[in-house]
Amino acid sequence: MPLLSIDDLHVALGGRTVLEGIDLHLDRGEIVTLVGPNGSGKSTLLRTIIGAVAPAHGRLVGHPGLTIGYVPQRLAIDATLPMTVTRFLNLPRRHPPQAIRQALEQACVPGLGRQQVTDLSGGQFQRILLARALLEKPDLLLLDEATQGLDHRGTADFYRQIACVRRELGCAVLMVSHELHVVMRASDRVVCLNRHICCQGTPERVLASPAYQALFGPDTGDALAFYRHDHDRPDSDPSASTPTPPAAGTTRLETAP
Amino acid sequence: MLDDFLVRAALAGLGVALAAAPLGCFVVWRRMAYFGDATAHAAILGVALSLLLSTSIFAGVLVVSLLMATLVSLLSGRGYAMDTLLGVMAHSALAFGLVAVSFLSGVRIDLMAYLFGDILAVGKGDLALIGTGALLVVSLVGWRWSALLTATLDADLARASGVDPKREQLVLTLSLAIVVAVALKVVGVLLIAALLIIPAAAARPFCRTPEAMALLAAVIGATSTTGGLQAAYWLDTPTGPTIVSFAAILFALSSLAGQFKRRIVRATSSPDGNP
Repeated sequence: MPLLSIDDLHVALGGRTVLEGIDLHLDRGEIVTLVGPNGSGKSTLLRTIIGAVAPAHGRLVGHPGLTIGYVPQRLAIDATLPMTVTRFLNLPRRHPPQAIRQALEQACVPGLGRQQVTDLSGGQFQRILLARALLEKPDLLLLDEATQGLDHRGTADFYRQIACVRRELGCAVLMVSHELHVVMRASDRVVCLNRHICCQGTPERVLASPAYQALFGPDTGDALAFYRHDHDRPDSDPSASTPTPPAAGTTRLETAP
Repeated sequence: MLDDFLVRAALAGLGVALAAAPLGCFVVWRRMAYFGDATAHAAILGVALSLLLSTSIFAGVLVVSLLMATLVSLLSGRGYAMDTLLGVMAHSALAFGLVAVSFLSGVRIDLMAYLFGDILAVGKGDLALIGTGALLVVSLVGWRWSALLTATLDADLARASGVDPKREQLVLTLSLAIVVAVALKVVGVLLIAALLIIPAAAARPFCRTPEAMALLAAVIGATSTTGGLQAAYWLDTPTGPTIVSFAAILFALSSLAGQFKRRIVRATSSPDGNP
């Protein structure tokens, strides 16, 4: 039985159909990336999985006892709310100090526990959100454009961290991303969404599919092909710590700053 | 001891201040200041209706405040911005209330007492009501504390952690209505929101956790009510407004101290550039 099965899911927001006929199955330990243009329903799909949006029609069945860790796209904490990182990680359930320390280390931000959340940088806060999701020992980790606002270096580091977490916890990861050039390297499977699922499969298959190219334009294919070509060189090392500079066309795919 | 009207007034003020403190923190954190206003202004309509129907004023105010809060929640996100909607609702509820009161011929009511409160006229029955209401609100907010905080951070984050943000909103709305109904006698319709917001805002610069802020707000609220009561006695001024003025002065002092503290932190941390 898969970790999560979504069958023929339809979602409407304010009378407008946002998702239709979504069939998606997630297995333990796989990293799946959702790509798609703005307004294609990527975030809505994640919000439906956590139960914030009720489906109009269709089934969403989780493995019994499924624990979900959720890292939202953006979280604005009001400046009037005093909150240390430790207190934030203990919401809504308290965890032993040992577990808090471990989660902060897993998310690569050890020793931040006593800081005020509002004093953190964007990258640090994103990692704190990841640490909070990890505290619940999730079977499924949902990331909604978790690297928004991070630079190339920070983004590459963040995805490396996700791969590491997957190895340690054995959890499945479902993430929304605009950074296709990084995503291609990090995911087992890519799902291309535009209200319905246009195509899905290994990164190579999705890249080559006409549906994907129709959605993102032929430029994209070229840019990614160029990028991949770059990586197929025998002297390149995919695990090197500095990310390869993006090819000329890839910047077009990223979210505007 | 309870036969002394000043003792009764002080106890009533303390009860309201303690209940208002944690709730006021949520009002500040969630930027619901106007929401508190709208609920409070609806109270005068509740007073008029309960006099018309000759029911208990507490019950009338509670019901109308709850209706108002529910109506605002339902209408939000339907074409009008929240602040516009609340501005319309708060002031029209007050206006309808005042009009309704004018129809009450034959009933002599002291409108000023409802607008600005009459803490010196608190009786033993009122005191019991205020005590029960305050206890109810403090236990309700205390019981839901972690869930309320999570829902305040982010609705989706709360949902993913198994907290229903709509239910927590309902808890806050209900608590707000109870505090309004209870505080009516103490500071009156026009100044209830001040008692919610000012102590919480004054506590902010000195706190690192939400719990500390709620506790400090309670201390500041209690100081304001007792200090304001004492000042009103000496200066022979209206009690409710004096209490709020006292709280406002504490807020000004706390803001100054907060600025000062920030400057010191900056000065001591700048040499190594590590705040």
